[in-house]
Amino acid sequence: MNRNIVISFGLHTLLVIITAMSLPFLSKKMIDLPPIVSVELIQITDKTNIPFAPKAKKIIEKIKEKEKKLVSEQAPPKKVKKQKPDAVPLPDEKIDKVKKIKDKKQNPEKIETEIKQVSEFEKDKLFDSNNIAALIDKSKVESAETTKKTDKVTQDQDKNIELSRLSLSEEDALKAQIFGCWSIPLGLPLSDDLLVRIKLQLKPDGTIEKMEMLDHVKMNTPGKEKFRTLADSVRRAIQLCNPLRVPTTGYERWKNMILNFNAKEMLEG
Amino acid sequence: MIFRYIILFLILLPLKVFAVIEVDITRGNLSPLPVAVSPLSIDKDSKEEFKKILKKDNIGSEISKVVENNLKQSGLFNPLDKDAFLQKPDIANLKPRFEDWNLIKAQALITGKVTFVDEKLRVEFRLWDVLAGKEMMALAFTTVPSNWRRVGHIITDKVYERLTGEKGYFDTRIIYVAEEGPKTKRIKKLAIMDQDGFNNKFLTLGNELVLTPRFSPTNQMVTYLSYFRNLPRVYLLDIETGMQEVVGDFPGMTFAPRFSPDGKKIIMSFAKDGNSDIYTMDLENRIVERITNYPSIDTSPSYSPDGKYICFNSDRSGYQQIYVMSSNGKNVKRISFGTGIYGTPVWSPRGDLIAFTKLHKGKFYIGVMRADGTGERLLTENFYQEAPSWSPNGRVLIFYRETKTNSKGEGFSAKLWSIDLTGYNEKMVKTKTDASDPSWSSLLSN
Repeated sequence: MNRNIVISFGLHTLLVIITAMSLPFLSKKMIDLPPIVSVELIQITDKTNIPFAPKAKKIIEKIKEKEKKLVSEQAPPKKVKKQKPDAVPLPDEKIDKVKKIKDKKQNPEKIETEIKQVSEFEKDKLFDSNNIAALIDKSKVESAETTKKTDKVTQDQDKNIELSRLSLSEEDALKAQIFGCWSIPLGLPLSDDLLVRIKLQLKPDGTIEKMEMLDHVKMNTPGKEKFRTLADSVRRAIQLCNPLRVPTTGYERWKNMILNFNAKEMLEG
Repeated sequence: MIFRYIILFLILLPLKVFAVIEVDITRGNLSPLPVAVSPLSIDKDSKEEFKKILKKDNIGSEISKVVENNLKQSGLFNPLDKDAFLQKPDIANLKPRFEDWNLIKAQALITGKVTFVDEKLRVEFRLWDVLAGKEMMALAFTTVPSNWRRVGHIITDKVYERLTGEKGYFDTRIIYVAEEGPKTKRIKKLAIMDQDGFNNKFLTLGNELVLTPRFSPTNQMVTYLSYFRNLPRVYLLDIETGMQEVVGDFPGMTFAPRFSPDGKKIIMSFAKDGNSDIYTMDLENRIVERITNYPSIDTSPSYSPDGKYICFNSDRSGYQQIYVMSSNGKNVKRISFGTGIYGTPVWSPRGDLIAFTKLHKGKFYIGVMRADGTGERLLTENFYQEAPSWSPNGRVLIFYRETKTNSKGEGFSAKLWSIDLTGYNEKMVKTKTDASDPSWSSLLSN
């Protein structure tokens, strides 16, 4: 009896430890941070919001104004400049600066390697996937810090979202490539049978390793000749676009991908 | 026991799971599909035999030219230049080297073989998917050698259907009114030709004025209007046999007859007691039935493909507009509400659209709208054009267009034109003489 309880307790403890160790929000190194991707995100939203969402643009401008106000209220830019090694100093000057910082810091052990760790320190603090804006525009450091604070609440959610989809720019690039390759059979009648789903297994360079038609049974069903025509056009498009324009990072995210080809919008005119 | 725990441990072992990314593709390109039409291969003996019979050096090349021309005219395909082909026709037909065809950007390949068998022409053809490297279709036809152009049209229909998803319209004919002479003294003859303008034949001598020929949707019968002793008379003509019969004299006829979808009735409009209304006539018992009875001019009726509805035009609202009603004349509903005058409505064989002619600010338009009147689209605009007729698959319209005469009354011409539903692929159909009032047949190979 006691032996069973001990074994049960032991296994449960083991399970709890394993679960805790492998939970995504506890694992810091789960996602390889893609800094370039986030930079693109910012550029694209700036561009795409202008023509298509005039209301959104106004809202963004309002937010920007608020942010500017925040910057001026909360963080005078002069202090930021002082902390950064803007110009490359002479060795003597470097040491002087390090000494000055050393005086301010409470932990003297870390300061011994301060010359190297100045950048490391900044990376840890500022080079966060959620704070890329701060890296691009240093005048917005403070505003980025404020967002970092709010991000703490939704950090896990954001990471989960990143896992299950491409960024807007990544998706746009992929779509633009496939649009050019897909010759839609214009003679197809409007029906509900205008969706072809195709599952791809990709190599890191975007080359298609495996292609699977998810509705392949329909292709050979009598009376579904029109679906077969559509499916053939999809297959041709994929082969024509091979290799696909995939993101340079985050291979684990997109190595398996489902493309939903829907001809309805085009055929409706 | 330990084994059980290991299994339990493995089951409960949390794994890193990534949700599969899904991307929606809702747009594609509309550029013509690049197709390679390889000349059909032919052996030496067959070549000699066909040369004697058809006076053609290489009938295989001739058939492939027909296919190529058809595909090009459709606007949906881009046949590639034969000079770029790397593989010989005979080898390509056996086993295409897809890398070579891929190199010239062909997405589909048509190969084939022609042989002379028992005084007949036998044509095998294959359609290949170049990118997938597989055969999509393989068929063979046997016919009399003089039918070689039709074989080319049938091959095109099969290829078109396989690649676009809708039936083709190439193995069809067009009947029209051939016109010659000055505008004030026109000689009008009934003429027929293949949809690509070849095999033109005159069916009447031109002694009497002929107007508005219409093909039956079910067979190769034609109904047309001719003036006999200055009285409009409706004829039925069997294209296959050349037999002709008079359906009846209609002194007050205001618009040409058209067949019902089952080919058993004709529908027309004529004036009786000063009022122009729509009537049908049963071709078996010749009983005439009145469909509309309204103090206005109701003309140009056309059945929906299922025969349940009729579209027509009427000036009952003050201006000539398009109306739809049940085939018994009830539930009349106006469907055109745009500015201008609407006329010659024709229901698409697919049933989804109605083609019409519109006159607005002195210009004529050919357009289409849905059967409920929504989605009006004007496809083409000109000085004078009218009488649209649908291809059997409902994708292309043929109509005629007249040019302006100068102050001396010169420069007048009437030509047939075709345009597809996109409004981009507008082309003149070559005819030997001036031409008007075209009507497209159903598929001959049905």
